[in-house]
Amino acid sequence: MTPVTFDDTTHEFLEAVENMSHAGLNRCWHCLACSGGCPFSRDMDVLPNAVIRMIQFGMKAQVLGCSTIWLCVGCNTCSVECPNAVDIAAIMDALRQTAIREGAPIAEPGILEFHNQVVDSISRHGRTHKLEIMMRYKLAERDLFSDIDLGLRMLSKRKLDLLPSKVSDKKAVQALFRLGGELS
Amino acid sequence: MKTIRYSYFPGCSLATTAKENNASLISFLGHFDMGLDEVKDWNCCGSSSTHSVNSGLALALASRNLFIAPEDRPLLVACPGCHLRLGQARIELAADEKKRRRVEQHFNREFRPPRLLHFFELLSKMGGDGLFNGLKGKLNGLKIAPYYGCMLARPPKMNREKNHHGLIEKTMASLGAQPLQWSYASRCCGTFLSVSRPRIASAQVNRIMAGAVRAGAECIVTACAMCHLNLEIRCDSSHRIPVFHFSEILSLALEGNASPDWFRRHLIDPAPLLARRNLSPCNP
Repeated sequence: MTPVTFDDTTHEFLEAVENMSHAGLNRCWHCLACSGGCPFSRDMDVLPNAVIRMIQFGMKAQVLGCSTIWLCVGCNTCSVECPNAVDIAAIMDALRQTAIREGAPIAEPGILEFHNQVVDSISRHGRTHKLEIMMRYKLAERDLFSDIDLGLRMLSKRKLDLLPSKVSDKKAVQALFRLGGELS
Repeated sequence: MKTIRYSYFPGCSLATTAKENNASLISFLGHFDMGLDEVKDWNCCGSSSTHSVNSGLALALASRNLFIAPEDRPLLVACPGCHLRLGQARIELAADEKKRRRVEQHFNREFRPPRLLHFFELLSKMGGDGLFNGLKGKLNGLKIAPYYGCMLARPPKMNREKNHHGLIEKTMASLGAQPLQWSYASRCCGTFLSVSRPRIASAQVNRIMAGAVRAGAECIVTACAMCHLNLEIRCDSSHRIPVFHFSEILSLALEGNASPDWFRRHLIDPAPLLARRNLSPCNP
């Protein structure tokens, strides 16, 4: 592993993450409560508290490139476990959005693709249309058959609506996308 | 009795995949003369996906709902995910003057959001008012695993908000079910990983299901449509027990108040369990 060198710019990444997330990440004392409580830490390449440590060390490329920031579903279990009320889910949001904005390599492109399909569905209807999201996601991933039995069972149980539930004021929805850009 | 009316935010899941949750909620509250007025032309709450990849857009989506809902009445939100997103936006806009100004300018009026009323808060009040007193024993000793998923977990900024820990147990016990202690009551269901990383979600859901079976539960009761769906679609273990939405079970306790249609939409068939426990939906 490459040794970490500290210089005048090491803290910049930490400050950027802190400004985006307001998470109080320097309160972390690395007790590992978040990592122990996280239901998905066994599938992550870097434990949640280690992500915080790496931010403190300025290891930007490694942090933005890890799978952890994508496997985090934002369930906030870590925040409940944390004795210092560090908003770890907010840190993960900030890291994902930094990775997207700066074009960093994405460790879990399928997960990002799914999120993008959800956002696209909202831009079309103002609400999420699950069947459309699933179909477009499967097409984008070139994986049409892995869940076909499940899809058919859900359709037969009328769990998936063929037509979307929609917002009638389409212009208002488009305006929200522009407003969102200004609120980031 | 005069009908009390609440304004109501169903959210995308309850409006579509989880129609049975919506129908059972309306039916249950209707029994107690409470009516719901859906917020006209509501949009997605900001969803976990949007929040993950675009916080600004998530805030904008939530804001519109907070602006178009009538400000003079509490807004009932039945989906824990929507409640969290709308609640977070409310706090963020109250605290961040610059963002608040920007959305006020966008919607061309002052930000005066309605109070958000979690379905559990309403239920807690109904129990406190003694509305369930006549319903003792109605659930015939049904053994349930109360499942909250991540709904009791919140970001630190919301630590001071109301917490509803124990409400499923309390309500179910007062209606004559037996809520069991088990290890996975607050374990996240995996949310979107069920689509994009199904193997991870399956492993998680199987652990949750096995935990409920081991505790001796006959069914799992959840208050979240996403949890409900994930437990049903991603459990590939042969030993599966039915999953109910909280409002479905509540309606079952009110004789003749539940519709058999709700239970036909379940992917894990609850009919044999309902027959065994002599709990019939029985509304033609």
